[in-house]
Amino acid sequence: MNASGILQIVVYCAVLLATALPLGLYLARVYDGQKTWLSPVLAPIERAILAVCGVRRDQEQHWTAYAISLLIFNLVTLLALYAILRLQAYLPFNPAGEAAVNADLAFNTAVSFTTNTNWQNYGGESTLSYFSQMAGLTVHNFTSAATGLCVAVALIRGFSRRSTKTLGNFYVDLVRGIVHVLLPLAILFTLFLVWQGVPQNIDAYVTAAGLDGAQQTIAQGPVASQTAIKLLGTNGGGFFNVNSAHPYENPTPLSNFVQMWSIVVLSGALVFAFGKLVKDFRQGRALFIAMSIMMVVGIGLCYWAESSGNPLFEPLGVDQVATDVNPGGNMEGKELRFGIANSALFATVTTDTSCGAVNAMIDSFTPLGGLVPLFDMMLSEVIFGGVGAGLHGMIVFVILTVFIAGLMVGRTPEYLGKKMEAKEVKLAVLVILVFPLSILGLGALSVTLPAGTAAISAAGPHGLTQALYAYTSTTANNGSAFGGFSGNTLYHNTMLSIAMLLGRFIVIVPTLAIAGSVAAKKLVPPSAGTFPTHGTLFIGLLIAIVVVVGGLTFFPFIALGPLVEHLSLAAGTSF
Amino acid sequence: MFKHIRQAVLATIVLTVIVGIAYPLGMTYLSGALFPYQAHGSLIKKADGTVIGSELIGQNFTGPTYFHGRPSATTDTDPNDSTKTVPAPYNAAASNASNAAPSSKALIADVQSRIEALKAENPDAKGDVPVDLVTTSASGLDPHISVAAALYQVPRVAKARGLSTDETVKLVQASTEGRTFGLLGEPRVNVLKLNLALDAVKAK
Repeated sequence: MNASGILQIVVYCAVLLATALPLGLYLARVYDGQKTWLSPVLAPIERAILAVCGVRRDQEQHWTAYAISLLIFNLVTLLALYAILRLQAYLPFNPAGEAAVNADLAFNTAVSFTTNTNWQNYGGESTLSYFSQMAGLTVHNFTSAATGLCVAVALIRGFSRRSTKTLGNFYVDLVRGIVHVLLPLAILFTLFLVWQGVPQNIDAYVTAAGLDGAQQTIAQGPVASQTAIKLLGTNGGGFFNVNSAHPYENPTPLSNFVQMWSIVVLSGALVFAFGKLVKDFRQGRALFIAMSIMMVVGIGLCYWAESSGNPLFEPLGVDQVATDVNPGGNMEGKELRFGIANSALFATVTTDTSCGAVNAMIDSFTPLGGLVPLFDMMLSEVIFGGVGAGLHGMIVFVILTVFIAGLMVGRTPEYLGKKMEAKEVKLAVLVILVFPLSILGLGALSVTLPAGTAAISAAGPHGLTQALYAYTSTTANNGSAFGGFSGNTLYHNTMLSIAMLLGRFIVIVPTLAIAGSVAAKKLVPPSAGTFPTHGTLFIGLLIAIVVVVGGLTFFPFIALGPLVEHLSLAAGTSF
Repeated sequence: MFKHIRQAVLATIVLTVIVGIAYPLGMTYLSGALFPYQAHGSLIKKADGTVIGSELIGQNFTGPTYFHGRPSATTDTDPNDSTKTVPAPYNAAASNASNAAPSSKALIADVQSRIEALKAENPDAKGDVPVDLVTTSASGLDPHISVAAALYQVPRVAKARGLSTDETVKLVQASTEGRTFGLLGEPRVNVLKLNLALDAVKAK
């Protein structure tokens, strides 16, 4: 660790905080249906899209109708992506002549992008045509992120409304998210990325002569437009195989800084929007502080672990000490322009949120450095989390927290003036149980069956971590990977798809049910016995519950994987 | 139910047209107009239009007269067996990383053999080998090396080219990019640009 690295991390956090607040106020206006300074341009587009779809803007939906609209829309987009991938050989914009994607990989990819996971069992530049990238994956990067926003907004409305049966209209919220939020940001971000060097073309792959006579075929494509939304929408699926580590996808330290910012900013802004929409700004601030504390601890641990370098390199005569001319640290699987600090920071924020884009290979991180991303995801992606998904996931943990606090004093718990009764708590527990069920259930199956273990490339405890990481990442809808894990087999394409669907929709439907149930309740004025949910005590309790639920559930597996590997490395053992 | 399906299909179609076709193609047009060099891959061309490479994509330099980049883990399809792959460093049509575990015996063996090869190629180099010269990059296409890694190779390149060490060090310094705004990223040397600068000296 050095001063330069720490300064970069501090500046990053400061910029994030300074921008999330105004963006949050903008988001609040958008979802409240108020005019913004962009409305003159964007509102007509919104109206036109809704008119084509046959949706009236004042058509409010009960939570079940909202959920059905959401599920059917997601199913249709899933099928559309599957069809595009299977038919890409017959579709336009395919200069590299990519063949049809085989059935199980196409299904896995379609599920992956529909669920905002973007797990990459495909290699972008060697599998997909430009058409598949644009009309397939890019569309999903918008729709899956906007879907997450819809669920969060519906849940917020559940709390801000009283004695009502309806939560808004799914299509109105979906189109607003895309037209007023994601698209304008993506357009600006695309141009910024191109300025920094990210290609944006539909050219054929370039053949270069090479200065030393080593001929090179260089992949091209509409990279910037997809990279912009992959990060803003916390999707994370790379245009290229190595994602944001590719010098075309992330060419400079500045592009990297803005990419890391764009991963978290919308999720951070939504927390402030939440405070604004429930008309108690302190509530949003409390969640923001809780999330920030967990994020900063993770960044610090990961940066420290990666700066320490690989102890097995020491006896070989490798210079791993960071200086002004040497990045130092564990540089296997990292890019020089980013060095250690930016690689550790990127890996932490991409797994705090459900983004999953990477600028360094997490499989080659030191055991404790790699544990940070894994643990981040095991906490159910609530440290800012996916766009929308992070906030609604965190509110579920809040319900659990006020419930436990209520048990301690023997009172019916309340949150934001609504009584949390048996129904809400049961639904919240259901949401929280999906994670251990899917990660441990499917993960255990996969490290037992020969079809599952075939994908593991590393020997020793690292092999277990690879499999555990895969099922954690897909359940958490993150999509980052220990890349040595060869998941592109019939078995894993299927099982990982199941994990992604469980982690997405078995979370969304109960969350909407909570929203519907809470919306119907009356407002209870706070009394002397109400547990305040904006103070230090609440923040501490919330963090404790998130960490204990994640930590205790998964600790045995963390001990057998990363911790054993760490101790072995320290003892000089390799596998 | 029919209404739900109709809305979903129409929404999918209209959103695909807007964010799947109009957005990327519109951005392609606009980027090409505003930043034509970057939009088409930052390609470096000779006077006759032949593409030498991209300034953003590393190349596989092996000879003694050029600075070498970092080890690359990219592969290509085995010409004898299409189900297998063979090492193909700096394959810019299939980016890839080693994904080697830090505790992997194979990684330690690879690093050891890279150190031996570097020491054999650079007998006059001083000190320990900088870590970036013996570890593979995340993309396999890393265009940069650290300043320490460039300085490590200076004695070899200077000797092979008949240049003085001072002159070669000056070229390295001239090709060094600092941290952006003095803050972001790591100081670094673009290997392709440095080697182009070397060739320009020879042409004088």
